[in-house]
Amino acid sequence: MSLLANSTGAEAGSVRPRHHMVALVVENKAGVLARIAGLFSRRGFNIFSLAVAPTEDPRFSRVSIVVDVESAPLQQILDQLDKLVNVVHISELHPDAAHEAELLLITVSAPEPTRAALEAAIAQHGARVLEATERAVTALLAGDPAALDSFEEAMRPHGIVELQRTGRIALRKLGAAGDAP
Amino acid sequence: MELTGAQALIKSLEAQGVEVLFGLPGGAILPVYDPIIDSSIRHVLVRHEQGAGHAAEGYAQVTGRAGVAMVTSGPGATNVVTPLADAMMDSIPLVVITGQVASAAIGTDAFQEVDTTGITMGVTKHNYLVTSADDIADVVAEAFHLATTGRPGPVLIDFPKDVANARTAWREPRPVDLPGYAPPGAPDEEAVQAAAALIAAARRPVIYAGGGILKANATEALRRFVDLTGIPVVTTLMGRGAFPESDPRWLGMPGMHGSYTAVTAMQQADLLVALGTRFDDRVTGRVDAFAPRAKVIHVDIDRAELGKVRRPDVPIAADCCAAIDALCEALGPLGLAAERLGEWIATLAAWRERFPLTYDRSDSGQPAVPGTVKPQFVLEELRRLTPPETVLVSGVGQHQMWAAQFWRFEEPRSWVNSGGLGTMGFAVPAALGAKVGRPDKMVWAVDGDGCFQMTAQELVTATAERIPVKVAILNNAYLGMVRQWQHMFYEERYSEVYLSPDLPDYVRWAEAMGCVAFRVSAPEEVEPTIEKANEIDDRPVVVDFRIDSMEQVYPMVPAGASNDDIVVHPSQAGLPR
Repeated sequence: MSLLANSTGAEAGSVRPRHHMVALVVENKAGVLARIAGLFSRRGFNIFSLAVAPTEDPRFSRVSIVVDVESAPLQQILDQLDKLVNVVHISELHPDAAHEAELLLITVSAPEPTRAALEAAIAQHGARVLEATERAVTALLAGDPAALDSFEEAMRPHGIVELQRTGRIALRKLGAAGDAP
Repeated sequence: MELTGAQALIKSLEAQGVEVLFGLPGGAILPVYDPIIDSSIRHVLVRHEQGAGHAAEGYAQVTGRAGVAMVTSGPGATNVVTPLADAMMDSIPLVVITGQVASAAIGTDAFQEVDTTGITMGVTKHNYLVTSADDIADVVAEAFHLATTGRPGPVLIDFPKDVANARTAWREPRPVDLPGYAPPGAPDEEAVQAAAALIAAARRPVIYAGGGILKANATEALRRFVDLTGIPVVTTLMGRGAFPESDPRWLGMPGMHGSYTAVTAMQQADLLVALGTRFDDRVTGRVDAFAPRAKVIHVDIDRAELGKVRRPDVPIAADCCAAIDALCEALGPLGLAAERLGEWIATLAAWRERFPLTYDRSDSGQPAVPGTVKPQFVLEELRRLTPPETVLVSGVGQHQMWAAQFWRFEEPRSWVNSGGLGTMGFAVPAALGAKVGRPDKMVWAVDGDGCFQMTAQELVTATAERIPVKVAILNNAYLGMVRQWQHMFYEERYSEVYLSPDLPDYVRWAEAMGCVAFRVSAPEEVEPTIEKANEIDDRPVVVDFRIDSMEQVYPMVPAGASNDDIVVHPSQAGLPR
């Protein structure tokens, strides 16, 4: 089983209308991630991306899941997640009501003829060069997932050697309506 | 007071009021078996761990309390996975304790090690791996709370051997604090008003009552609701006993082998009042053709059921009893006139008259095939000759459907079967558990010959533990339901379904297990044999009923078909619908 078994991660672009950001606060207990992943797997729900880390309170972790609602109605996904005993709070974060961010690390081949163009593109997207050799450049970009998408597209013609994205994380905007977790 | 973890576990079970444990010891659970000697809890030693789980289910189904099973690690744990899945599907409160290898050995492929919490994650409401003996009291209290509240279900506690042997200062459990667990209670007032308005306006309403009525102890509330509204009732396979079946407002059981009237009433309804039920595929048939003109009020304590299969017009996430009370309160002042349903009730009565459950009686049960009896006749006689409060338990297959069709349940918790998972072999161990839970009631298991062969060894348990259950094997020498599908949908190409009527010899086998056993192969033997079986109360009884193997279960909605295409008994096929 792959976490992304049914996802369409091969397609370009990570921000799509049928994607919804679900923010969970979970008890920091052994196996909680397996419970969430197992639920998605056995119910046939699709995960596009998933990020998990402890919160300011060591008893809880925050899980940000981008779900694909083509597989099941969002409400059904939320209701099933709510049945997991270790899931303490669930909210769906609409992009307009949330700060969303993601981190991207990329290594791109950088032969002499196109190197200047590559460096210009990296600078233009506001990415930071972490390492540069004669053959390749590794860069980092943090920010809005759509900006990461466009940076990834700009790098593609140069030849992506390796790419790692963290998946989206989000927090509700201070002024937004809805219950605070 | 300092105790071992094992002692703390048994003490915690005692504190929960546990009367009986169904189990089988082994290496990793060994320390916990020592304090059982000194405990007030009765331990029933099963012959296979699957039997422990199903016995605990049977106990839970008839008592409404959590059933408890205890097994060892590795194969003990994997053998109990089927009962866990069964209990998960049918929302049965279970607490299952599995031994586990010592904490330091976990992950090393130790002897009899499996990842029990990982394996059972998808078939439990929740599970625990106990990591410290100091946590035992709290974990046990949480497990019972989770198993028995909200939508009931199985909870597993995996208990490493070193934790069992560790020493801990005994303390009472802390009040249960589960920040992520809050089952709904009272219904939303606005939703109740909206539901009341739909009920008042409906002219062809049906109450679609499921197992949730029984779990919520809402049978009295349901009766009041029916008295108030006059709406006729269907009860699902898991909901049988939720409404007295001698009441003329009971239409029967819906579903693949439901009665014509129950199935068709739902198809023609303008309103379904779904109470504690989950629109199972065996009830709905093809979902997009199910009850196409009906608005739906759906009450369930599990919010995720509301809209999982069918989008309700009024969803109510609440305890069934509280929701029905609220509906009654909202409807009371409206003064619903009984005449509003007059035409509908007359239509239903006409269907019932034209399409009763039937079989080829061929002169009072005389079968076409010599040496056999009709299974439906056996069930009618068994119902007639046993006390009204008898608990009926069944396995899975044709015999289960005949039992559901030809028995009449008047009381809640008098019917025990494997509904959602369809677990063959459920009946014998579940009957044993039911009899332990209700020793005052007569317990009959109706089993198939295929099912019986899967778990019959638990009759040894029944004899040894003096649990006088009675088993009626409807022996047609076939895996009958599979045979029926091959008959209907595979052009009578019977593949791997023949079992033989006398291999094994069920009478001698039962006798070898300490039971009294009879064989019945003619209609006139049915009554005297049941009478004899009913009189035996000091050991289990097995009756090998040789039944007509050509018999099919009718009506039937073919898999994937619309409920409108229900196939009735051949003798009714030409009748106008």
